[in-house]
Amino acid sequence: MRSDVSLYDLSAPPSLDAVLTTLANEPGKYSVIAGGTELMVALGVGRLQQHSLLSIQHLRELRFIGVQDDAIHIGAGTTFTDLRRSKAIAADFPLMAQSASWTGSVANQNRGTLGGNICNASPAADTPPALLAYGATLTLVSVSGKRTIPYSEFHLGYKKTALRPDELLHTIIVPRSFTGYRQYIRKVGTRNAQSISKIALAAVARMEGDAIADIRLGAASLTDRPVRCSAAEAALLGQSVGAANIDATVRAARAALATEAKPIDDIRSTAKYRAAVGGNLLEEFLRSLAE
Amino acid sequence: MSTIHFSVNGNKQSIDVPPMKRLLDVLREDLHLTGTKEGCGEGECGACAVLLDGELVNSCLVPALQVNGARLCTIEGVSTEGRLHPIQQCFLEKGGAQCGICTPGMILATHHLLDKYPNPTMEQIQEGLAGNLCRCTGYMRIFEAVQEAAKHETAKAGAV
Repeated sequence: MRSDVSLYDLSAPPSLDAVLTTLANEPGKYSVIAGGTELMVALGVGRLQQHSLLSIQHLRELRFIGVQDDAIHIGAGTTFTDLRRSKAIAADFPLMAQSASWTGSVANQNRGTLGGNICNASPAADTPPALLAYGATLTLVSVSGKRTIPYSEFHLGYKKTALRPDELLHTIIVPRSFTGYRQYIRKVGTRNAQSISKIALAAVARMEGDAIADIRLGAASLTDRPVRCSAAEAALLGQSVGAANIDATVRAARAALATEAKPIDDIRSTAKYRAAVGGNLLEEFLRSLAE
Repeated sequence: MSTIHFSVNGNKQSIDVPPMKRLLDVLREDLHLTGTKEGCGEGECGACAVLLDGELVNSCLVPALQVNGARLCTIEGVSTEGRLHPIQQCFLEKGGAQCGICTPGMILATHHLLDKYPNPTMEQIQEGLAGNLCRCTGYMRIFEAVQEAAKHETAKAGAV
């Protein structure tokens, strides 16, 4: 049933400082709303629990893509359209450009933000696998200062994050250290555009001859939250993808991934399907390395 | 209640509304601009698409407060002095509109597409309209209408 909008309050504090002060004064009272592509859907179907909301959609200071020598700094309010239009993102982080392009339709990409995609914390979100594979870090701000944490430590459980009630995600920092890495991303859904993924895998690897010298894997819908697949990474480090070894390497990687795959059953897919297809995606990536 | 100031199709508006009221409902109920349609109400179908500061958005997902100070263009602002916009004319001539529910959103999505890609490829047309669902035409006539509109220079003029 649709919500009665007159029961909801929304304000737009004039600055980031004003937003942080409001959050600090009454921690937990507010939900932060940016582009609205998630919370307005919840409002429409009567599932928006929080009745007090703070808009950060107008804060220009959260919408930037800053290229530095060692990293790209992306403001939490950067839209998917901004990401897709960025030459720097396309050149250095093709997996991010790709995942931004299949997040909803053009109209939703014009409103939805990277920070919203992360903080909404859906296990099936499109950009987290790429951010996890690229080893992103997050800067969180509050009136008491700022802290930076690895993105791999941000998701604590189903829709649970390390963000304190008085904090706001400010910047996503992605290190520019993947020159020469082989890169892979694939989303399995009912179709690419619009649909929410059943399972998705992003992967980057540095090869030394046939051997895997470095590998990072990020997955959506493989567990109840977006995850880095550290067991599979450990099983693959130093292994060969040469013709004589590829089958054994694939078997070991699939076995390791199976130990960390704990998918959920929901309307889009089953845990069994997700675990099996997660293994298929990893195998597809590994066999592409052998080519 | 919040007082919202914005412009719609070139006309300045000031209205008092609940700040979380959907832009779609503000347009239809408060401003009586019923050309913008509600389809799914959850951002999947594009029937409620409008241009907000020149960018295509689904008005069912925009809270009223977030359009304070903004410039909007709805389907009512696309034609001028009772004359159809070339995009509308092409949809009409190519059979790109049947029941009409998706048509306002399709027209505005096409407007936004031709702003970005004046000579779009078929792939760009399909991606640009991927967020607009149509249950009548099977899409081919819509794509043909967009290709035809791209031949008209005036179809690419900026929106209000």
